[in-house]
Amino acid sequence: MNPVVPPVAPEREKLTKKAVTADHPTWCPACGDFAVLAAFYKILEKRQLPHENIVTLAGIGCSSRFPYFVNSHGAHFIHGRSVPLASAISLARPELHVFLFGGDGDGLSIGGNHLDHGARKNIRMTYVIMDNFVYGLTKKQTSPTSPIGYKSKTDPTGAIDQPVNPIKKLIAAGATFVARTHAAQVNHMIQMIERAMDHDGFSVIECLSECIEFFPGAFDAGNPRKGGEFKTIEEKKWDNTPEDEERHDVTDEIAAYRLANLAFPGVFGVFYEIDRPTKNALEQKWIESSRAKLNGAPDLEILQTTFNRMK
Amino acid sequence: MSSSQVLPESAPPAAAGRADLRPEHIRDAVIRLAGNSQDGIQTAGAFLARLAGRSAQDVMTYMTIPSTISGGPSIFQVRIGSGEVLSAGDEADFLVAFYQHSYDDHIDFLREGGVLLYDSDHVQPNLDDKRFVYVGVPITGLTVEALGGTAKDKGKNIFVLGLLANIFHLNAEKLKELIRERFGGKDQSVVNTALTAFQAGYAYPVGNVLTTLYEFEPSPRASGRAQVTMDGNQALAYGLIAAGVRYGAGYPITPWSSIMEILRSEFPKYGGLFVQAEDELASVSLALGFSYSGWLAVTGSAGPGISLKAEAIGWASMAEIPLIIVNVQRGGPSTGLPTNVEQSDLHQAVFGGHGDSPRVVLAPATVEDCFYIALEAARIARKYSTPVFILSDSSLATRIEAFDEPDLSELMQDPKPNLSPRPAGTKPYPLDAITQHAPPGTRMLDSKYPVVTGLEHDEMGHPTASPRMHAAMTAKRRTKYQRLAGELPLPQVHGDPSGETLMVGWGSTFGPILEAVTRAREQGESVSSIHLRHLHPLPDGLEPVFERFRRIVVVEMNDHGLYGYGQLAALLRARFCNPKIESFTKTDGLTFRVREIVEGVLK
Repeated sequence: MNPVVPPVAPEREKLTKKAVTADHPTWCPACGDFAVLAAFYKILEKRQLPHENIVTLAGIGCSSRFPYFVNSHGAHFIHGRSVPLASAISLARPELHVFLFGGDGDGLSIGGNHLDHGARKNIRMTYVIMDNFVYGLTKKQTSPTSPIGYKSKTDPTGAIDQPVNPIKKLIAAGATFVARTHAAQVNHMIQMIERAMDHDGFSVIECLSECIEFFPGAFDAGNPRKGGEFKTIEEKKWDNTPEDEERHDVTDEIAAYRLANLAFPGVFGVFYEIDRPTKNALEQKWIESSRAKLNGAPDLEILQTTFNRMK
Repeated sequence: MSSSQVLPESAPPAAAGRADLRPEHIRDAVIRLAGNSQDGIQTAGAFLARLAGRSAQDVMTYMTIPSTISGGPSIFQVRIGSGEVLSAGDEADFLVAFYQHSYDDHIDFLREGGVLLYDSDHVQPNLDDKRFVYVGVPITGLTVEALGGTAKDKGKNIFVLGLLANIFHLNAEKLKELIRERFGGKDQSVVNTALTAFQAGYAYPVGNVLTTLYEFEPSPRASGRAQVTMDGNQALAYGLIAAGVRYGAGYPITPWSSIMEILRSEFPKYGGLFVQAEDELASVSLALGFSYSGWLAVTGSAGPGISLKAEAIGWASMAEIPLIIVNVQRGGPSTGLPTNVEQSDLHQAVFGGHGDSPRVVLAPATVEDCFYIALEAARIARKYSTPVFILSDSSLATRIEAFDEPDLSELMQDPKPNLSPRPAGTKPYPLDAITQHAPPGTRMLDSKYPVVTGLEHDEMGHPTASPRMHAAMTAKRRTKYQRLAGELPLPQVHGDPSGETLMVGWGSTFGPILEAVTRAREQGESVSSIHLRHLHPLPDGLEPVFERFRRIVVVEMNDHGLYGYGQLAALLRARFCNPKIESFTKTDGLTFRVREIVEGVLK
């Protein structure tokens, strides 16, 4: 048999916007998601991660089309289950940068349970929930974040169910980085995603991203260009000034809830950020202690020893 | 017990008993222990099985465990033989009854002339029934006497083990060694208590009431390999490890749970990881994530959990991701009979997907085969980038068998994710080749990175709704299984290659069917059998085999359904359009007795 000669890898080129751009998005013109994609391109250009180590993942929904528009390894999975899919990739391949994109239906309704457990287990990944308060891909049904009174095809007289508060849900479940941003605020969005990337743990950003087709104007109240107010969270600087007393301590869970309870459009920024060991680290520790007990025995020897005990 | 006239060459071991008793040599014995689930009869039975394995005897066990949380009637049956043991036995030669209900429920299972060993503190047998030999021993009282009152009911199982060791001339030293190994990890006092109970049972002068003691003939086994003794779930779990599977995820459900428990502890030793997920949906999704990341992964469950995984398995078909899915079948539908056996998930495995989503379905025949089927599943999953089902069942999962130790140095697989850079023009979904994905972390030399997808796609993985492309891709996803069918070995016919009746079996009915063939042939019937390990796709070349018989009777543990055919029978009739194919099924939640098969097939 001829030996297989692996092709020689050429020198790396700089990761330009062109290099990370793939298919043209299928979103409606003026959809908020374009801005999220543009922000992600900018971050990839800025960070210059090894191209092959970027993984873009999604479930199902308008925003979940994301992986097709990013030139990176990626998977377009099934509805609601992208967090466990991403978890496995993160756990098995620590060198990869796992980015997960999805919408409110995918993450907070059908995938709501997985969101809780991903948060509780603190699995390392960066998850952007592009929240538009409506099911867009299926053309205007009530979503888990639709405000009471919102008229959809499934609630023609107005939504009656209490919407999910994603920030409170995430904090309660144990997420270690929880932030909120607005697709019309590109710089803030970039800042939030970058901070999430740098956080060692389950980091989630709720990004209000307008559905121009089925819920136009939903987030105008948080957009100064539309007459609203984009109010950001002032984080503590720990500088012993009287002003600092008023600022938000991102490690204070109760304070984070209080901010999350503010009436719509609420505030934007980092609500909660703490250090807690990731499942990645804890499992790795277990793997290492299991292997240490075996003094580096090869796999064959380990299994043979097990079989010897069953003789 | 089949006895022979071989005389003992030496005196029996110096156990307490009448000196004038000479052991009768036997080839095979079925011992049924009947008590409650908390009595540890499984533990006692497992010791017998392990001892038989170490003594190169063949062994097969059978147990029922109630689905209640604690307590309830439970049995453990051990069949030990000096020849090949294929089934757990239709009748018991020896029944140990711990309670009155144990006696009431199981006395009919004792063969005429069989021995009832009962706890005379709890059981009052009908001594007027002269069919049986009665041996009453105050098991509870003597155990308490040996261990002290604090032992309460604990230790009776080990006391009985001692009794049986005496009656069957088992190697007491080896049994004590097994007891030390089993309890050695605990407090030394636990080992001492167990050994005291064992010694008390072993020393009981059972020879005063039982006129015959027994001894197994030396086994004619010739393989020269040592035997290992384990249950089917263990064999399957260690088979996955030998197959190089290092990652997986699951959710607890009977009777699958013990596989995930083993893998959770074992994978880290090999640098891998098994995740207990929040639900079945997450567990299959995690497993697919592991597989996508380059490590062929396993998930598993029983029927109800497989239903929950079904959508994600459809994604595995479309995205062409390798995956092993273990289904340890139990009685269904719904919660059904969670601790009983049935083979009623075959159609779920073969047809349980949405859309056209062919997949591979395999079924192990024996506990030993649980080990080898895992290797076969991994080989196929990797080569064809496909989900592969392994249909085990509750009887294989829980029963213990001894089998020749596998040659691990020959079998052990060690595949790592293939991250070698891929040349320019690499297509994730080529129409003219079988998909082999580049895992994330792989450099694509033309800088075109692939997206694996559940949407219909072109060769580059781009979503498309083109009618021509959907037809071409559907065919691509189908033809790989047709190619696989061509490479599968044709199973051997057991018995004559032609004749009146060919029994067709799959899964755990292998042993009883084989024994039924032997028994029917002894009765002068023209009967053969064939056993299918590959159920989907079926191996090519079965038609000429079927041609040579007048009747084809498919024997399986499921319902014959609305149209009169069990699940494999229906599949074979659809595949071969052969009106000779008949069906013999049952749905009592119990394994087949040999007699049932002989009578059912030859009726």
